[in-house]
Amino acid sequence: MTEAVSKVIRTEEYQLSMGPVHPSTHGVLQILLTLDGERVVKAVPCMGYLHRGIEKLMESRNYFQCMPYTDRLDYVSAMNNDFAYCRAVEKLAQLEVPERAQYIRVIMAELNRIASHMIFIGSLAVDVGATTGMIYPFRDRECILDIFNELCGARMTYSYIRIGGVKSDLSVKVIDMINVFLKNLSAMIDEYNDLLTGNEIFQHRLKNTSVITAEQALQLGLTGPMLRASGVNYDLRKDNAYSSYEDFIFDVPLGNSGDNWDRYIVRMKEMRQSAKIVKQALDGLPEGSVMAKVPKVLRPPKGEVYVTTEGPRGEVGYHIISDGTVKPYRVHIRRPSLINLQALDLMCRGYLVGDVVVAMSTIDPILGEVDC
Amino acid sequence: MEIADRVPQVLRDNVLITSIDGLFKWARSNSLWPLTSGLSCCAIEMMCTAAARFDLARFGYEVFRNSPRQADLFLVAGTLTWKMAPPLKRLYEQMPEPKYVIAMGSCANAGGPFADAYSVVPGIDKIIPVDVYIPGCPPRPEALIDGMLKLKEKIRHPENVQKVQK
Repeated sequence: MTEAVSKVIRTEEYQLSMGPVHPSTHGVLQILLTLDGERVVKAVPCMGYLHRGIEKLMESRNYFQCMPYTDRLDYVSAMNNDFAYCRAVEKLAQLEVPERAQYIRVIMAELNRIASHMIFIGSLAVDVGATTGMIYPFRDRECILDIFNELCGARMTYSYIRIGGVKSDLSVKVIDMINVFLKNLSAMIDEYNDLLTGNEIFQHRLKNTSVITAEQALQLGLTGPMLRASGVNYDLRKDNAYSSYEDFIFDVPLGNSGDNWDRYIVRMKEMRQSAKIVKQALDGLPEGSVMAKVPKVLRPPKGEVYVTTEGPRGEVGYHIISDGTVKPYRVHIRRPSLINLQALDLMCRGYLVGDVVVAMSTIDPILGEVDC
Repeated sequence: MEIADRVPQVLRDNVLITSIDGLFKWARSNSLWPLTSGLSCCAIEMMCTAAARFDLARFGYEVFRNSPRQADLFLVAGTLTWKMAPPLKRLYEQMPEPKYVIAMGSCANAGGPFADAYSVVPGIDKIIPVDVYIPGCPPRPEALIDGMLKLKEKIRHPENVQKVQK
């Protein structure tokens, strides 16, 4: 019937600007929507409201001074960003990281991945209108922040992973805290399942909306949970194992239809896998030092590297060019949020305005990383 | 004769005498409605403050509004860029009087670690007037709560506040 009507009645397209201050754009992003009634014809993300010039600032800092900027890039998973940057510099300067430090790095990166996915669940819940669904993950995330707080004294911007290793060894108290957290995590995830996953309205909002096929995902260059939700098995921790990831047994959760629901489920399953990795790493923690011998003044030889790491949002890549001085000549960062955000238009076309909010949420962009 | 003396004896225990100004100050300071205007990192700590553990609702400040027309506290949490400055100023102008501004975090105070970047406003007080500055990068939730209580003090006793020389 609607098709018959739409042939008779001529409707006009109109534009709607969503943002830059909007509760569900996850920061300061503007989306220019072209609408035909309730249907989205086109969605163009308009970025740059948080462009802080991090890449340029890094050129005027030495290699150690760049660390705080990587913290503030993707601020809900700072450990993963530090990890990626340090690996790039270590490769450039040919530093060998001790095995114990590699294991500790893996533990922290995976804990931060869980914390980041908790924020995803919370913000997705609040975006579809389930405010209670936000309170629970935020409460549980505090347990991880407590661990980091005990470890390095910061709740969000850690700079704990340093060039050549990590800042300090794990104390007994931290190990205990991690063990307690791992014991409770399963119950926490069950609670989210009770609150959200089984909810019929929640399922209706997420299932069969914003479908991305595997082919489209590859063409757009998506990575991380967004790519895996479309059924492509690509995880750098498996396919290009770094920092002793090859020692751990874990699965890569995959979706099959590439809709919003799959992106949600993939992240839910990833949390359990991350916990599995942390458990194995803690049990098999090797002895030894946690810091390589790093010169006080780091002058990496001339050359360039591109090193990738699997962050919670996808492939975090650092391309660093060195001219042999104490400062990097150029740093380019491949930010997964920016590249995943390109899929927004594809995800919104033909769906309703209400689905734009859900699509934005399942992309899970961090605007600090998008605008850099 | 004092106003208090004119109150009949039987009502003495039930009636409070105050100025209308005092009443307004008391009401305003106990129920600030913040505008959700998270710009970057500090916004996550702002969300944590409103969430379960720190529970901003204890102080009566949990009614986060999405529209500037319903808010009286502008909580600027994060880095302000020159591109974002016009919308931010517009938001401030859309808020009804009386309105208060809290600058949360080093970036909002003075540009923070990005102060020398070409695209960052070195402190939101270049754009809008600020009542309370909260240092930290990002400030912990306790610091934000303390900042809001400082603002409460300022609303109640404006005479105690000294002007900062900049």
